[in-house]
Amino acid sequence: MNKYLLYPGCSMDSSARAYLESLNTILEPLDLQLDEIEDWNCCGATEYLGINLIPAYSLIARNLALATKQMDSVNGTGGTRTVITPCSACYLNLAKADHYMQERPALGAKVNEALSAGGLEYKPGTLDVRHLLDILVYDIGLDAIKRKVTRPLNGLKVVPYMGCMLPRPDYKHRWSDHEHPTELDDLLRALGADVIDYPLTTECCGGHMTQIGPETAFELIRRLIAGAHERGAYLMAAVCPMCQLNIDAYQLETNRFFHTHYHMPILFFTQLMGLAFGREPAELGIGAELVSARNALAHIGVEVPVTQEPATPRKKDEGLPMPRRWTRHEEKEAVK
Amino acid sequence: MPQMTDERVRAGLNREEDLSLLNEVSVKTAGVSHLEMCIQCGTCGGSCPAAMDMDHTPRMLFAMLRAGMREEVLRSNTPWICVSCYHCVVRCPQEVHIADVMYTLKGMAIKVKLYSDSTAPHFSQTFVDMVETYGRSFELGLASRHYLKHFPLRLPGIMPMGFGMLTKGRIDVAPRRIKQMKQLKAILSRAKKLELTS
Amino acid sequence: MTERVGVYVCHCGSNIAGVVDVVDVANWAAEKLGRRGVIIARDYKFMCSSLGQELIEKDIKELGLTRIVVAACSPHLHEKTFRIAAKNAGLNPYLVELASIREQVSWVHTDKAVATAKAKAVVSGAVSRVIENQALEEIKVPINPNTLIVGGGIAGIQAALEIANAGFHVYLVEREPSIGGHMSQFDKTFPTLDCSACILTPRMVEAGTHPNITLLTWSEVTKVTGYVGNFNVTIKKKARFVNEELCTGCGICQEKCPKKVIDEVYEAGLGYRKAVYTPFAQAVPNFPVMDKENCTYFIKGTCKACEKFCPTGAIDFKQEDQLINLDVGNVILATGYDLFDARRVRNDGYGRLPNVFTSLEFERLSNAAGPTNGNIVLRDGKSTPKSVGIIHCVGSRDRNFNNYCSVICCMQGLKFAHLVHERTGATVYNFYIDMRTAYKAYDEFYQRVLEEGTLFVRGKVAEVTDAARNEREKGKLIIQVEDTLASKQRRIPVDMVILSSGLQPRRDSKDVGKLFGISCSTDGWFTEKHPKLDPVATMTEGIFIAGCAQGPKDIPSSVAQGAAASARVLDKILQKEVALEPVRASVDKATCSGCRICNGLCPFNAISFIEDDQVTEINPALCQGCGTCVAACPAGAISGTGFSNEQIIAQIDGLLMKNLEMV
Ligand SMILES: Cc1cc2nc3c(=O)[nH]c(=O)nc-3n(C[C@H](O)[C@H](O)[C@H](O)COP(=O)(O)OP(=O)(O)OC[C@H]3O[C@@H](n4cnc5c(N)ncnc54)[C@H](O)[C@@H]3O)c2cc1C
Ligand code: SF4
Ligand code: SF4
Ligand code: SF4
Ligand code: SF4
Repeated sequence: MNKYLLYPGCSMDSSARAYLESLNTILEPLDLQLDEIEDWNCCGATEYLGINLIPAYSLIARNLALATKQMDSVNGTGGTRTVITPCSACYLNLAKADHYMQERPALGAKVNEALSAGGLEYKPGTLDVRHLLDILVYDIGLDAIKRKVTRPLNGLKVVPYMGCMLPRPDYKHRWSDHEHPTELDDLLRALGADVIDYPLTTECCGGHMTQIGPETAFELIRRLIAGAHERGAYLMAAVCPMCQLNIDAYQLETNRFFHTHYHMPILFFTQLMGLAFGREPAELGIGAELVSARNALAHIGVEVPVTQEPATPRKKDEGLPMPRRWTRHEEKEAVK
Repeated sequence: MPQMTDERVRAGLNREEDLSLLNEVSVKTAGVSHLEMCIQCGTCGGSCPAAMDMDHTPRMLFAMLRAGMREEVLRSNTPWICVSCYHCVVRCPQEVHIADVMYTLKGMAIKVKLYSDSTAPHFSQTFVDMVETYGRSFELGLASRHYLKHFPLRLPGIMPMGFGMLTKGRIDVAPRRIKQMKQLKAILSRAKKLELTS
Repeated sequence: MTERVGVYVCHCGSNIAGVVDVVDVANWAAEKLGRRGVIIARDYKFMCSSLGQELIEKDIKELGLTRIVVAACSPHLHEKTFRIAAKNAGLNPYLVELASIREQVSWVHTDKAVATAKAKAVVSGAVSRVIENQALEEIKVPINPNTLIVGGGIAGIQAALEIANAGFHVYLVEREPSIGGHMSQFDKTFPTLDCSACILTPRMVEAGTHPNITLLTWSEVTKVTGYVGNFNVTIKKKARFVNEELCTGCGICQEKCPKKVIDEVYEAGLGYRKAVYTPFAQAVPNFPVMDKENCTYFIKGTCKACEKFCPTGAIDFKQEDQLINLDVGNVILATGYDLFDARRVRNDGYGRLPNVFTSLEFERLSNAAGPTNGNIVLRDGKSTPKSVGIIHCVGSRDRNFNNYCSVICCMQGLKFAHLVHERTGATVYNFYIDMRTAYKAYDEFYQRVLEEGTLFVRGKVAEVTDAARNEREKGKLIIQVEDTLASKQRRIPVDMVILSSGLQPRRDSKDVGKLFGISCSTDGWFTEKHPKLDPVATMTEGIFIAGCAQGPKDIPSSVAQGAAASARVLDKILQKEVALEPVRASVDKATCSGCRICNGLCPFNAISFIEDDQVTEINPALCQGCGTCVAACPAGAISGTGFSNEQIIAQIDGLLMKNLEMV
């Protein structure tokens, strides 16, 4: 049994309900147990930090402090120090508070002074803050996931969209790369999907700019949708409620703004996992998206015989050879 | 020396070079900002996906910080346009905590009421008020309220979206409230009295 | 006999006198330390001047001083000066002690009273210690006139030729099949654009045929023992599977060998070689090596095409690695650099985007003897780029990678701009943070490249991407950068990108350093004895460094260091013998329990274990008197001459002003 503390974040029971619903369907097959942090509060998103620093960090740290109360006994059976969040913005805020309270002891002291007004305390470094994707790829493992696939997503052309706040700044070096991480690609591939190389995978979705400077945000959204469209994607896979919201809910507006006609659905990666694990769209919140994924999914509704992924034999041409692929292992070597 | 209005005096502004600015921003930034290490290479300005809408590239803003141009810096829309994508942060060869510096500048600008005509401060404040009342945010209610106030002309544009979100059950009609609101309030009101000074 | 001690307190101009009341210290010493034997204490403006030294000499002679304490700078600087002064006056130089009241007092304190009090304590410690000092004699050893040079790049070749021409023998050990180093891969060299092969080949041939030079290529040093003047080194000469006596270098074997391998070293991964190969036509020596890992015969057991066709029967599949043992007096390490691996800078796209090239790849592309016969083409092997972006500072000046400036890459970037312009007529952009073109004729070269119409953009490139945003960008590599002089973000579409990757220490530089008992900087470059005044010597006597092994530099500087190192070696050889500091640790065999705790600790490999007697022994010629083992020995069996327990305890007592009525 893999046990974790869960910080769901505000969107999970409103705009990203589909994320939560689909997440719930994959828990049992993957032997995952999540214990929600009791009475957690909003992490402040990207708003509070710009208004007032100490309150912003105290707001975040309250959640960490609450989590430590639960860490020794998850549902009465043994403990865990890992808090997982499905939202990238929450992930970054929690990880950042933990990191900066350590890097800048003055900040840690002030935040704890504030927490003490509520009878709480958080010692930085106590918890490991990780994102759901990280857990699935590195703790559960792609092999275990592959074993649960009963409806491989063969033929589903999908672009993996990681967004910006997940792989960056990556205080604890959890991801394969800041710029072109492969975790989501690998996971989708494990589900059998036809994963398209998407160089924009860590570009920003516009974040809160959809609210305060829509022109800026629309351009960022356009780049992402256009990039996915040009590469022949049927749909995009998201790992963050904000990314999903911006690209889904503001697509119409973006089209209007640029006089374009893109139709690029975006689903949460957990929805795709649920599908691959044999669940039905209705159980996974599919249909809640504004840009409908119906046509995209029709591609796997069609019974395509399972084919082995081609090993892409390279045509022997006059071209010059490419350098070897860079691996995490080599990075570690090089830094040594 | 130009005449200083009361307001300018209050904001601590004058036209002299303000050598304390860089240091002040550094101190007020979470973590260790490394701001003084900037070599003006432009990696940040080159990386920024939103640079096209900024008054100054991040690099230029940092040069202005050094030059003590307090008023110009705090008036710049740059921090408000920053989408916190952290592209610049991971690429900066000097490990400057650029995105966090942007947060600091926003806070400083709000304090002296010196931001461009951006609606961002209002948005952030509305958000914060909501969190301080309920402990949770409820993004789309907020979004539509914000839109109503600032982009009434665009509202018809987002109406179908709002409607869609509602019918698909993706907007809460009322925000949820955490149980220990009292505790949170106590923490925040203590926190508001504290500041990073060294 | 009671000792007669003289104390000399130096002002060092205002360096010391500005913070420490030197007159007070001298008076105090004369008055308070008289019981310990101080019979004279003086202060003087500059003790290290010849007048200052004469003062000491005169007092020794006239007052019959038997111990000297000079309270001045650190012993690193002037210990030798005052020892010589003592020697000149007939006093054993090891009866002189330096009290550092500059580095340890005046430079680190501001409070005059406290500093003066501390200076007194330091002087008091030195006086107590010097009384326990013993007269020591220098150890003299003869010097073996042969020299080992490791690394056959331009620096190593230069050093070898200088020493060989002076009439002494050199063993030049090179890891690759041929000498030449990086320079052999280049087409043209900045700033004069001489053809690299044209200036390098004659030197290589000279080194290959010189009667005083023994070339050991395809070889590596595996073991080093001994000390200055008397090193013993073991060299592994890897099996070539080609008999060097019989081979004529005709090259038929490579022609016939059916196995093609990507050449990661010489062709920088851009071209191919065979399993039996000489890396390039002008290789020295020009007989091939067989690469066992890739040879079809070694893998499958059949082939032997080379053997079949070799006209002299030189192919020998039975050859084995050979260990060669040599005695040499001095060593020069000229192992050069590795190119920074540009795949680490993910935003520059190398390894992901085909038309992003590294600098060494470009050298091969532009080289007439390279894989494309000097045609500058894209990775498809045929198209000529119409626009090229050259990115400076890749992996250098970047805390995420290497923090230092790699020195040569600005000039190399300009060289590339010129070559691209000349050969393809393409539009060329150079992206730089700062243009570093110091040294003779370098900035003139920059001017020339400007004249040719190269477009310079001041800004570190943020990313290279193939994600086009509009028609103009489709199918291109887009360089996204802030033009910092225009304060504007630009996206510049080009066909080809060349990365000016930095230089970094050899992957194994720390191991090689350890093998020879020298240290590396935190970056991994070999550390010189003094960054300004002794750039080619190291802290280990008899081991010298030259070229890029010491730090990034261009060819002229590498050559100059090669020559400088050889001058230092010749100086040693011509002295015929070398005096070693008698400050040494030694083991009292009766007390040693044989626990071996000290065995691995010596940074100079001076400690060995005598299995027969089950005790540890220290080689006095190797020991540098660092004291690590002395402190580690649980049995107290090791003591250091010059650092005996008596001396140390006396010094501590002195520092604490024991047995001294404080006033
Ligand atoms: C792309 C590029 C272009 C350049 N262009 C120019 C130019 O135009 N003009 C200029 O002045 N400079 C140029 N330089 C710089 C130039 O390459 C160096 O200054 C010069 O090559 C340094 O010579 P070296 O002998 O110190 O090192 P290297 O050339 O690296 O030679 C070291 C040798 O030691 C051998 N070796 C390493 N380790 C061991 C070991 N453990 N045992 C035995 N052998 C070992 C290696 O195989 C190699 O043969 C350029 C550099 C680059 C990267
Ligand atoms: S990337 Fe870093 S060093 Fe470069 S200009 Fe921006 S803040 Fe300064
Ligand atoms: S973090 Fe802000 S300033 Fe930096 S690149 Fe992203 S949007 Fe631009
Ligand atoms: S064919 Fe024989 S002689 Fe000719 S290079 Fe090869 S080994 Fe030497
Ligand atoms: S020489 Fe030029 S390109 Fe190379 S690291 Fe230094 S500044 Fe950068």
